[in-house]
Amino acid sequence: MIEWAVITDNLPEYAAGLWLTLQLTFLSLCAGLLLAIPLAVLRSSGPSAVSRMVWAYTYFFRGTPMLVQLLLIYYGLGQFEWIQARWAEGNPLWLVLREPYGCALITFTLNTCAYTTEIIAGALRTTPHGEIEAALACGMSRLTMIRRILVPGALRRALPAYSNEAIFMLHGTAIASTVTLVDITGAARNAYSQHFAPFEAFIFAGLIYLCITFALVGLFRLAERRWLSHLQPRKATATRQ
Amino acid sequence: MLQGYLVSLLEGAWLTLQVAVLSLVLALLLGLVGASAKLSRIALLRIPALAYTTVVRGIPDLVMMLLVFYGGQIGINEITDRLGWDYVDVNPFAAGVATLGFIFGAYFTETFRGAFLAVPAGQLEAGYAYGMTRWQVFRRILFPQMLRHALPGLGNNWQVMQKSTALVSIIGLSDLTWLADQAGRSTHQPFLFYAVVCVFYLAMTAASSVFFRHLERRFNVGVRRAAA
Repeated sequence: MIEWAVITDNLPEYAAGLWLTLQLTFLSLCAGLLLAIPLAVLRSSGPSAVSRMVWAYTYFFRGTPMLVQLLLIYYGLGQFEWIQARWAEGNPLWLVLREPYGCALITFTLNTCAYTTEIIAGALRTTPHGEIEAALACGMSRLTMIRRILVPGALRRALPAYSNEAIFMLHGTAIASTVTLVDITGAARNAYSQHFAPFEAFIFAGLIYLCITFALVGLFRLAERRWLSHLQPRKATATRQ
Repeated sequence: MLQGYLVSLLEGAWLTLQVAVLSLVLALLLGLVGASAKLSRIALLRIPALAYTTVVRGIPDLVMMLLVFYGGQIGINEITDRLGWDYVDVNPFAAGVATLGFIFGAYFTETFRGAFLAVPAGQLEAGYAYGMTRWQVFRRILFPQMLRHALPGLGNNWQVMQKSTALVSIIGLSDLTWLADQAGRSTHQPFLFYAVVCVFYLAMTAASSVFFRHLERRFNVGVRRAAA
């Protein structure tokens, strides 16, 4: 039997959790993407020392679990007396690192930024050589060429891979519930511990995630139709004799 | 070194490795079964497989793990009650391996499905023309060639999967992350211990990528690449 009370009693908390999940996903994806664009340019065509530094950053964040990264920032930073001293001063910029919300946002942003940097850098490397030659022939400076030719083209080609990253990020935000935040998963864990009804609590949370996932997939399909329409397979047309 | 926690951390690392490898085996099996079901001509097999890959890939692994761990206990209690058996405790190790295997089985299903489709149908027909049985065609022609197409996808999924093993610490398994958490609390040096965990995962993912590069080279012997 389904105990609807588990869901109906906790509906406001689920709604608040949904709002938090959406915030964390959207803000970290936006910040991560904005940071990733310049990093990807440096990674694919910067001086080799800089490129290697960017690689080290992405390698660390892509090679370790996001849960450990979050714990490292949220619980780990407090180990350093230097940070504790900053907290004692009460500077709001440093106090962010004491709040679970700030830590989660920073971790998620750094994590998605690392993956996005590699996705965009890969797309930058596959820029057709003719486009670069054409830009040089038009007398564009390096910066103009990056801005007008390289980055817009790479962002288009990166779109399919980026849609996967966005969905991974949505699912990744579930670990925010491990640092006391009440997102959708956090709401489900509370509902479970109040009623001891795991099926209702977690399946309902799963359904909410499923809906957001479908919405994201739909949004990215629209985006691909808008920006990648020149690469879509052509529909067969009747041949005129 | 590490204030006497080294041995305990190594035990945790061993447990993490076990979880990763066992769930990989389970996921590979589920992936093969799922891909066969998805490519089957029988709708009764195709539809559940489609539901499996769609639902599992749309839900966070943590939610799935909590559901299997807490829900699995209640489900098993119900079954043992009906059958009049003794109380069976769901241990977090089995729950962790089962969930990770179940989740990544869905991703492997998609990888294998694409790889099966990439093997030219003419080769299978040639096999049948030689009088091979279905099993012989599968073992000698379809499977070895499918594996070559599947390897890059398998490698990527395995990388994601290794990192997901850290989640078992949330359902109370004393894996590396959980032990590091405990050590960090009692020594007041959480950063140090989490950093050790990071180093372990980096080593594991780096070793895997070397291993998969080796496998890909081996399975691609005799395949010509277009010169860049």
